[in-house]
Order: sequence, then structure tokens, then C-alpha cells
Amino acid sequence: MDFLNAIIVLFNFTVIPALAYGSQLALGAIFVTLIYAVLRFANFATGDMMSFGTMFAVILTYYFQSLGFGLGVLPTALLTIPFAILMMILYMLIIDKFVFSYYRIKKSPPVQFAMVSVGVMFVTQALIRIIIGPSDRRFLDGEKFIIKATEFKEMTGLAEGITLKSTQAITIIVTLIVVSIMFWFLNRTKTGTSMRAYSDNEDLALLSGIDPKRVVLITWVIAGILATIGGVLYGLDKSYRPFVYFNNMLPIFAAAIVGGIGNPFGAFLGGYVIAFAEIFVTYAYKRFISYLLPEHLEPDSLLQLLSTDYKFAVSFSILVIVLLIRPSGIFKGKVI
Amino acid sequence: MAYFEGVKMTAGYGEGPDIISSCSITANRGEIVAILGPNGAGKSTAMKAMLGLLKLKSGSVTLNGEDISKINPQDRVKKGISFVPQTRNVFAELTVRENLEIGGFLTEGSLENKIESIYSLFPILSEKKSQVVGQLSGGQRQQVALGRALMSDPSVLMLDEPTAGVSPIVMDELFEHIIKVKKTNVAVIMVEQNAKQALSISDRGYVLVTGQNKFEGSGIDLLEDPEVRRSFLGA
Amino acid sequence: MRNYKNVIAAYSIMIFLIILVGIFQSWSIALTILNYCLISAVMTIGANIQWGYAGLINFGIMGYTALGGLAVVLVSVEPVKKAWQVGGLNILACIWIIVAIIFVVKFILNRFDKSKLRNYSVASVILGGIILLRVTAAPGIEAIESVDPARTGFLGGMGLPVLFSWIVGALLAGSLAFVIGKIALGLRADYLAIATLLIAEIIVSIIKHEEWLARGVKNVIGLKRPAPYEIDLQTSEWFINLVTKFNSSKLNLINSISDKQEALNQMVIDASSVYVKLCFTGLFLTVVIILLIVTQKALYSPWGRKMRAIRDNEEAASAMGKNIVKEHLLIFILGSAIVGLAGAMMVTNDGLFTPGSYRPMRYTFVIWVMVIVGGTGNNFGAILGGFVVWFLWVEAAPIALFLINLFTSHLPETNAMRVHLIESAPYFRFLVIGIGLLLIMRYRPQGIIPEKIIKQ
Repeated sequence: MDFLNAIIVLFNFTVIPALAYGSQLALGAIFVTLIYAVLRFANFATGDMMSFGTMFAVILTYYFQSLGFGLGVLPTALLTIPFAILMMILYMLIIDKFVFSYYRIKKSPPVQFAMVSVGVMFVTQALIRIIIGPSDRRFLDGEKFIIKATEFKEMTGLAEGITLKSTQAITIIVTLIVVSIMFWFLNRTKTGTSMRAYSDNEDLALLSGIDPKRVVLITWVIAGILATIGGVLYGLDKSYRPFVYFNNMLPIFAAAIVGGIGNPFGAFLGGYVIAFAEIFVTYAYKRFISYLLPEHLEPDSLLQLLSTDYKFAVSFSILVIVLLIRPSGIFKGKVI
Repeated sequence: MAYFEGVKMTAGYGEGPDIISSCSITANRGEIVAILGPNGAGKSTAMKAMLGLLKLKSGSVTLNGEDISKINPQDRVKKGISFVPQTRNVFAELTVRENLEIGGFLTEGSLENKIESIYSLFPILSEKKSQVVGQLSGGQRQQVALGRALMSDPSVLMLDEPTAGVSPIVMDELFEHIIKVKKTNVAVIMVEQNAKQALSISDRGYVLVTGQNKFEGSGIDLLEDPEVRRSFLGA
Repeated sequence: MRNYKNVIAAYSIMIFLIILVGIFQSWSIALTILNYCLISAVMTIGANIQWGYAGLINFGIMGYTALGGLAVVLVSVEPVKKAWQVGGLNILACIWIIVAIIFVVKFILNRFDKSKLRNYSVASVILGGIILLRVTAAPGIEAIESVDPARTGFLGGMGLPVLFSWIVGALLAGSLAFVIGKIALGLRADYLAIATLLIAEIIVSIIKHEEWLARGVKNVIGLKRPAPYEIDLQTSEWFINLVTKFNSSKLNLINSISDKQEALNQMVIDASSVYVKLCFTGLFLTVVIILLIVTQKALYSPWGRKMRAIRDNEEAASAMGKNIVKEHLLIFILGSAIVGLAGAMMVTNDGLFTPGSYRPMRYTFVIWVMVIVGGTGNNFGAILGGFVVWFLWVEAAPIALFLINLFTSHLPETNAMRVHLIESAPYFRFLVIGIGLLLIMRYRPQGIIPEKIIKQ
């Protein structure tokens, strides 16, 4: 019984949150890695682009709520995602046309691209703050929990309960659906194969008749979908605050590089690697251990490897270690 | 008039000096044409000019009588010219089959028949079809490269040093494959360093020196020409 | 000489703009802007050495700035004796443990061949070390942080003159750069950018959360100054006399003695703040000029030529037998040390250390915009970039507000659109900086003052 309790404590406080957080990071990381693979630069506007898409979802959610539209137990935001995605893609294409395409045609070095993306980051951040402001916003409605700890305890008679927030379940399910469709598209369709070919060997792709403009367009479309969904899921689970989104860029980069930059499947797994590492290293194991050890051996301290203040630092350290030991990432991306 | 002609082509890179000047190369369907010459003679440049990868300052390129000098490389590919570069000529991260599929990217409808015919031309590719090309040997990669280029049903196939860096045994095998390709009524133009072997399978050959035609003739004539032998074949 | 005309013209415009601020807003604001421009200039010199001389992207500017600021606290604040008594021993022990871990890891790495076993043993040494560190540090930290937590709760510094901390800041930043350089300099340019950015985040989060060190997010206020205090000036006779002398014509216009006294008092208060800022300006200007002379000399020395040769063609340079890795490391350390110096200058100028304020936006990306805008590989350009961008960063909001008011003046005061725009005026600075960067990169990629002009 104690063993079961211990497992449930661990599950409730680490596995579930890590799965949800990991899914959010994974979507962002695939976004980063796709841009890197096809357009060949590290996009420093990643966090703010995710924020930009989410902003539309937030605004539309408020609007729909005022009209009385909704999905009942599900959050209204889910209804707004398609519209937000459209706005996001439109914005990305405008930015691409007026900013990035010039450097692509000139075949500028990646460093210059990265600096240009810093410019885009500033502009996007300004637009977001001017349109919606910098404050913290919650836009979750509908049923908040799928399983509550108290109900779980009553049901099973255990001392520990499992809480499953609806946002966590939605995050994990939506991520799995989106990512499966994306991998199906990349690996099984002609267009997807042509994208991978373009990313692998641009000159030969051109000689095979692949239209670079189309590849770039589709890349931005997929990027817009991933960025918006990733951003909205994060915002539903936590809350929407532009500054936090900017900061999220950092663990997302870490996930993309840990997974092997340019490799979408690696980025997907990288998201979970980072999330689990952050949570396992900063979780206080006291309660977990106290179920497993006899009473007189119970520990006094929290049994926490690092305080939760260092959550980000953990993922960055993992990145540094990966860069040192295996610069192409755990799952082998482009050679550095 | 030959099927594919580059007439009196003069071209160079950017603002730089002319690499080829008044250089002419022709090829008919069902023959192999070798372009030979010392390093820096402009062999690859001549080929790239015919593909449209660099702009002609004067001269013209015609395909089946039609002037294609002003058309960009992608559109020349659509007109049936296929090119295998010397390096990076496969999609190393894709499988053999996916490489072939990309080769036939512009083809509407099903590629199955086409892929099967490539497999029968290069049987090893059929065995390795689900393998990632990056893991194949050098000779096998070259076959993938040829197969990819043939997927678009070209009437002209241009090869830039197809045997560079492969062992003599593999080289012979590749040349055999190139002869097989020729027999499918394709005009094959190749730039080669291994002059003797190349000439022995070629119908005709050109020897370029400093960007100009120095010698030309049938493969056997060139092989036996004493001056060509002395200056380029090392015997 | 003709080539320098652009430089002189650009700087004159900049000085003129600052004077305009002095006339229209106030001299105190103008000097504040000027001081920050000078600090920014030091930072851009540091970043420009790395990027312009060697082509290294260092997005970790924030980390070195914070470390320089930390140096001010560690050097100038009086030591908290009680904290040392209760927890000093634990902290010292921790330092020894860290040193021991490093040596053990180095020993394992040198002694054994690359293998899984070696990786695992290194990992377990580090993991064990962290656990040992936490066990050792925990009681010490708790004790230190409970010593008068409202005012101290940290170990304090060494109680030395504050100017000394500028050197220490540079040294601290330089030694951190040595470690980071050893780890990350082999990476490709954009990976280096990401890696340095993330490492800087780690540094800042340590400074923010280790309260025993420098009070973390609780901030350290009232730091020492290398300049007189306003309150002292206001009571010293020579200063009041000076102000009277300067404003005698204005004062003579006022008849009533009490009014005169009041006006004088106000003038003294204003003048004292200007005077203090001028002192800082003098100090900062000295630093900028020294750095400028040294870096210009270095740029045209054989060493500078070598560096540029490496930047422009690494392969050729390494074929000629130049040791690129060593040179890159050296330049990475030098540039970072200068940024550390700037960090120390900034905290000294503010008189307070606020770890929570170190954010990548302000301390990495804005600095980079300065370097790009000014002109890479050219110190005059970099300094000008520091001036221009800082000026825009500060003045964008008032200018935006002015423009919004102008364009919406036909709308009623309560118009929702107008209210919203006026509220968001502060964020126009991001827009101005972003669009400025994009325009410069597109139409003048070599910056306002390109490298070539200076290169005779």
C-alpha cells in the first residue's frame, strides 16, 4: 500500500506535470528545428512568435465569451485556435516577405539571419505589448479538472491522490495528435518528402524541380500551426504573459539542440527530456521516500537536489553538457 | 544539327575572367560524349553553362532545335535535361526510394513503373530501397545519384566526374551502368578525369584547354591520336 | 582626414541631441542619459572586440554585466561580521569542495581514456559533489540569511573603495569568460550565441537566488560612490557660493530676501544633482577614452591585423600557423572583462544592485543592436551605436507619446483607442529599436560608421 502511495505521489507531482510541460516545449522545439532545417537559422523570435499567435487566441476567446459561444466543458480557446493560426501564418508570411526573404535570396550567413531574427523579436514584442499589453491574463474556462485528488482518494482508498487538470489532458492529447499528423505529413506525403529533401540538399532539390518558394511557404504554415498551438496550450495550462513566453524560448532552444537540431523527431523527444530533467531534479522527494522507508528512518530535509528557483538552470546545464559531449544532439541532428 | 548543342559559349563566374571562350559541345541521343582536359580547363564550367547554372556572355544553347539560352536551370530540367553534380549529388538523409521519388518530383501521377525500371537498371538499389543513402558505399551512392537523375525521364544526362573518388572496380561497374543508360536513347555528356577509361566507352570526346576546344573526335580516334596521347593520356 | 568627417558629424549630432534634452526636459535627465550612453559605449566596445575583431557572437553580455555588478557589492560593502561568524565556515568549506570536485573531474578526464565508465564516474562525482555541497551549505546559508534579514542577511563585501571594484568586476567577468570560452568556443556561430545566452541565464539565476551572496532579489542599496553625495554638497559653503556665482544675474532679479533664499535653495538642490552626475560623467569619460585609445592601438597593431585576418578567413589563417583557438579565447576573455567593467560602472552609477533587473532583452539584445547599428569592427562606430541606441531606448517613449497625442488630438480624451495607445507608449521603444535594427541590417549592413572608413 505504501509502495502504491509512493508511486502515486511521484506520478502526480512529477510525471503528469512533466508530460504536459514537455508537450508544450516539444511543439516549440519542433517549430525551432523546422525553421532551422529548412530556412537555416536559429530563430530568436521563437518565444515571441508563439506569444503572438496566443495573443489572438486570447483576444478571440474574450470575444467569443462575450458572444456566448463556447464548447461547454472544454475551453473556448480551442475554438479560437484555427483563427489564431490563420492570423499567425499571415504575420509570419508578411515578416518572411519583408524581412527574411531578402537574406535568403542573398544567401546570407546564418549569423546574419540570427541577428535579423532579433530585430523581428523586438518588433513582435512591441506589437504584442501595444495590442494586448504586458499583463498576466487567464483565458481558461470550462471544466477545470478531470480527476480531483479527493475523488481519487475516495475511489481508491489510498492516502495519496491524483489530480489531472483538464488543461494537462488537453495538452498531451492535442500534442500527440498534432505531432502525429505532422510526422505523417513529413514522411509519407510528396510535399513532406520534398521539404526534407530541400532541407538536406538545397541545390539538388532545385535541380529536381522542387519549388523553393513553396517549401518556404509550407514551412511557415507548419511553423504557424505549431507555434500557435504550443503557445495556446501553455497559456491555458499556466497563463498568458508575454514576458514568460519570451523566456520560454530558452528551454525550447535547449530542447531543440538536445534532440539534435534540424531533426523534428529529436526535438519532440528533446522537449520531454528537458521537462522531465527540470522537474525530477527540482522535485522534493521527501514525501515519496517517506512512504518507502520505515518510520524511524524518515528524512528531515526536503531531499531536493536543487531548489525550484533553478528550474531553467537545469535545462540549460543539460544543454551545455550535450553540446560538450555530443554536439549533434542525443538523436543526431545536422552536423555542427 | 545535333540534339543538344552548346555553340561558341563564352562564360565566367560573376565579374571574373572568362573561364570558357567560344567553346562548343554537341551531343545526340544515344551517344556518350566525354569532356576531357587538364585541371582548370573549364570542363565543369562548360557543362554548367549548358545547364544554365551560369550566364553566357555570348553563344547559345539549343535543345532539339529550340534556343534555351535564356531559360533558368529549373526550367531546363523540366525540358528533359538532368544533371548529376560531382559532390553532394544525393539526398543523404533520405532513403533510396525517397531519393528516386524526389527525382520524379515533377512527374504527375504514379511513379511506380518508373521506379521499377530504375531498380532493374540498378538492381542493388532495389535491395537497399528503404535504407538511408548516407549509409551506402560510394559506388552505391553514385548509382542512387544516377537513378535520381534518370527519374525525370531525361533526354540529356550530364555527369560531372561520376567516378571521382571510387575504386577502379567500382569505376568499371559505373561505366557499365552509364552504357546501359545510353542504350535507353539518352544523350550522355560527362566530364571525366580518368581520360583513358572514359574515352574507351565514349562515342565522341572533346579535349578542352584554357576554355577552348583543342581536339575533338570519336573516342577511338582521340585515344589513338599521338598528340592527345602525349599531352593528356600520359603515354 | 576627410574620412573622419562622418565620424565627427555623427558625434556632433549625438551631443546636440543630448543638449536638446537638457534644454527641453532637464539637465539632470540629459546627464543621466549621457552617463548611460557612456556605460553602454563601454559594453559595446567589449562586444565589438569579440564580434568585430574576431567574429564571435557572445549573447552572454547579460551574465558578465551582472557579474560586474556583483563585484561592486563584494568589494565595496562593509563585511557583515556576524554573518561570517555564523556561516562563513560553511561557505568556505563549500568553496573547497567545489575546487576539489573540479580537480577530481580533471584528474579522471586526464587519467583515463574515453569510455562509458569514465562518463559515469564524472557524472557521479559531480552529483555526489552537489549533494555534499547542499548538505554543507544548507545550515550556513540559513544562519547567514537570518542575520538581520531586513538589512543584511548576507556575507557583505570587503569594505574596500568602490573604484577598486571596477577592476575586480573586469577580473571576475574575464575569469568566467575563460571557463565559458573553454567550453563553448568550438561551437558554430549560432550555437555559440545560444550557449552563451543560456549560460548567462544560469549566472543571473545564481546571483538572484543565492541570497547569502548579495541578497538576491532583495537587492543591495546604498552602495558607496566615487563621487560626493548631494546632501553633503547642499550643506557645503563652497558649493553654495559656486551656485550663487553662476546664477547671480538671475538671483539679482528677485527682490525679496526670503524668495531669493528659496530660489537659491532650489538651485542648490538642482545643481548638486547635476554636479554629482558630472563627476560620474568625468569618470566614465576617462574610462571610455582610455579604452578607445587602447583598443584602437590594438586594432592597428600586428596583433589586430592577425585577429582580423583570422576573422575574415579562419582556414587560411590557421593554415598559416595562427593558433585560432588560443586567440579566440584571449579575445573572448578581453571583451567579456570590458563588459564586466561596464557592469560594475553601471551599478556604481545607480548606487544599488538589483539582480532581478538583469534580463536578456535589456542587457544582451539591446547591446547587440548597439554594436550592429554603430558599425562592427570599428570602435568609433560601436561607441556611437551605444549612444544612438541608448538615446532612442530612453527617448522613444516620450517621443511616441508626443506623436500619439499629435495624431489623436482630434479624438476626445476618453476615446478608447487613444487611451489604449497612450498607455502603451512605453512599448514603442521595442518597435523603434526593432525596426531600426532591421533597416540598418538591410540598407547599411556595415553600420552607421563602417569599418572601411577608418581603415586607411
